[in-house]
Amino acid sequence: MFEIEIRGLVKRLGGRTILNGIELTIEQGETLAVLGPSGSGKSTLLRCLNALTAFDAGQIRVGDIVLRPGKVPRDVAIQVRRQLGMVFQDFALFPHLRAIDNVALGPRLVLGLTKEQARQRGVQLLKRVGLQHRAEAFPAQLSGGEKQRVAIARALAMEPKGLLCDEITSALDPELKWEVLSVLADLKKDGLTMVVVTHEVGFARRVADRVCILSDGQILEVGLPQQVLENPKTARVQQFLARVMT
Amino acid sequence: MDIEERKMRLRWGCVAIAVNMAMLVSLAGCGHTHAQTDNQQPSPSEKVSLPPLRWGADAEGGAPYIFYDPERPDQLIGFEVDLIRALERELGRRIEHQQYDFKKLVDGLERGDIDLAMNGLEITPDRQKRVRFSRPYYVFKLQLVTREGETAINSLRDCVEQRARVGTLENTAASRLLEELGVPTFLYDSQVTPFEDLAVGRLDAVLMDVPIVLYHGRNKPGLRLVEPLVSGRGYYAIAFRKDDEELARQFDAALERLLASGELRRIYEKWGLWNTSQEEIYPPNQFGLELARQEISTQPLAGWSFGSYFPLLLRAAWLTVELTVLSMAVAVVIGLILAVCRLYGPYPLQLLALCYVEFFRGIPVLLLLYFLYFGLPAIGQVFGWDVALRWSPFVTAVIGLGLNYAAYEAEIYRAAISSIPRAQWEAAASLGLTPMQTFRRIILPQALRIILPPSTTDFVALFKDTSLAGTITVVELSKQYQILSTSGADYRALVEIGIATALLYLLMAVPLGYLSRRLEERWHAGHLVEGRH
Ligand SMILES: Nc1ncnc2c1ncn2[C@@H]1O[C@H](COP(=O)(O)OP(=O)(O)O)[C@@H](O)[C@H]1O
Ligand SMILES: [Mg+2]
Repeated sequence: MFEIEIRGLVKRLGGRTILNGIELTIEQGETLAVLGPSGSGKSTLLRCLNALTAFDAGQIRVGDIVLRPGKVPRDVAIQVRRQLGMVFQDFALFPHLRAIDNVALGPRLVLGLTKEQARQRGVQLLKRVGLQHRAEAFPAQLSGGEKQRVAIARALAMEPKGLLCDEITSALDPELKWEVLSVLADLKKDGLTMVVVTHEVGFARRVADRVCILSDGQILEVGLPQQVLENPKTARVQQFLARVMT
Repeated sequence: MDIEERKMRLRWGCVAIAVNMAMLVSLAGCGHTHAQTDNQQPSPSEKVSLPPLRWGADAEGGAPYIFYDPERPDQLIGFEVDLIRALERELGRRIEHQQYDFKKLVDGLERGDIDLAMNGLEITPDRQKRVRFSRPYYVFKLQLVTREGETAINSLRDCVEQRARVGTLENTAASRLLEELGVPTFLYDSQVTPFEDLAVGRLDAVLMDVPIVLYHGRNKPGLRLVEPLVSGRGYYAIAFRKDDEELARQFDAALERLLASGELRRIYEKWGLWNTSQEEIYPPNQFGLELARQEISTQPLAGWSFGSYFPLLLRAAWLTVELTVLSMAVAVVIGLILAVCRLYGPYPLQLLALCYVEFFRGIPVLLLLYFLYFGLPAIGQVFGWDVALRWSPFVTAVIGLGLNYAAYEAEIYRAAISSIPRAQWEAAASLGLTPMQTFRRIILPQALRIILPPSTTDFVALFKDTSLAGTITVVELSKQYQILSTSGADYRALVEIGIATALLYLLMAVPLGYLSRRLEERWHAGHLVEGRH
């Protein structure tokens, strides 16, 4: 049973407590939307989950891999990253590689696939995000929405059990957001576990199984979308939602 | 007559690439006429009131001709100094020494900087076109010197057959002879260094005028003077301006008197330079000079045609390219290691790399080359590593230029690598790539596009800096030009050679510069590969 379990997670940076005792369990196949004001620690939470940064207290379990405070050993980090793919706000595609090579690079170098196998997987995944016709393009030749879909395909190429998405539509023009979000909705149908940091309340309401509101490194509220989004319990959540939903 | 003997006869007098003509600069000088007042012929009664004559000679490393007394460094000594003193007495006129670069002596005469040149200057047909030579005052032969253990080299022919590395002075009878014979030749400015390089094994033999050998090679432990002397002979004579005929005649007569009185012989004996060859200049007439003409002029001016010098320039150009490419390879490898140390190394390593960069950017390449070539073997000797540290001139140049340029490359690489956004590292890490894989596959290829344009510019700069290798006897293009241009070419040939050399440089440098700009345009302005659709 694959699940992500976060217990008493504390992360400090430069004397400030960025994450302060996060308790959260994400079940297999679940899509969790994480909302919260800028600077509340959403990215940091995802980076902790993917072992891109060390934390100070608590424990994270991803499937049967356990992360503990302090520097994460290289092999543990690599294991956890193979379980959880990550997509970034600013795409972070490799500009010197064609779309297909962006996707095929991980399978070839990390999973040890042959060039041909890796390429085949790349083609498959580009098809899945609707970009098979752009396989030979370089990132600089793609639109923002296309870039982000390539980035999703790149993460999926490692065959992760879960996907971490950090504001992946924030850098996109409004009319391009849907093409990326609909890819996420498809992935959910395929049973992928997802943690989606987003400001798209509409997406959270329609696609997410649960919504989590983060503020100042603490979880203010977590629950079903209707419950959290329509009837928030605290005034702070109400204020925040009022601001994002305008 | 064996082959060697015949060749000698033919060549050494006649190889007509004679010493010392001006670089292009002296074109300016050739139009000058000398101030007439300086050159008015004095009548004997006026002797006393005449201004002193200016004697041009190069005292730098000039033993035993003219040099500074090692015990009293303000005193000039040498057999030519003694000869000048004797001539002063004969002529009743003061002669003052004027320090003048050996290679520029003939120019100096023409420019009027000096009145006579006497500096082991040998009679050659090319020089005879420009100056009036006195009767000869010394007959010299060439002698080979090798190391004591080196039994295989007993003649010039052995050098040819074994392709021995032979050192000699630039623009001398010996250098022209070696070149004619096709022996791998190493050309020096100094009379001392070749013997040192021979002693430490950088050379297999040294070929030089007997006086130099007698002075510098005789008492060096570990060296062996090869007997018999190389056959063929040359003549030292005093050079005057062609229009100073009267002055030249006075010197001719004075030399005759010194010969007849035995004074000349006493001077040579004092310096250990007397030998039977000197008998030849004895007959007190023009015999010596005639003989010189016969020996030397068999083949006047062996064609300063395009076809004769261009292959030399081409070969030197190729060597320049090799030097540049290899030095750059060294610079790239070391530069990359330095950049990585500065970016990712532990603190002490970072500091060390920083020191390297600051040090090598701060010292002139020329100094570095000198240090590596002359200083390092000396230091190595103390620790018994002299063999390992005694690199050939070419290798020294590659290492020296490489070490220097590595400092510049390192800074370019460091800046480029650190300009790649952190997000690229994280994206690669999130895919499970190791830092090493990330660096090689993601960071470096992107940095390369930033690195290439400035690096190409450095490459062109390095290409031009290879001319410094000439100072440690590597005959690259500039050195070849220098040698050719001071080898007695007439002005037409000089201009031709200058233009040919410049064109060769441009032919190599301009495409590189163009490439550099193209890369810049394509990768910078166009943000990576925007151009392809
Ligand atoms: N390297 C860092 N050093 C110090 N503070 C940081 C660093 N990175 C992020 N922070 C701080 O941590 C807090 C949370 O950041 P982040 O997780 O990026 O927030 P969010 O993604 O929710 O906007 C912010 O207040 C930010 O200023
Ligand atoms: Mg963020």
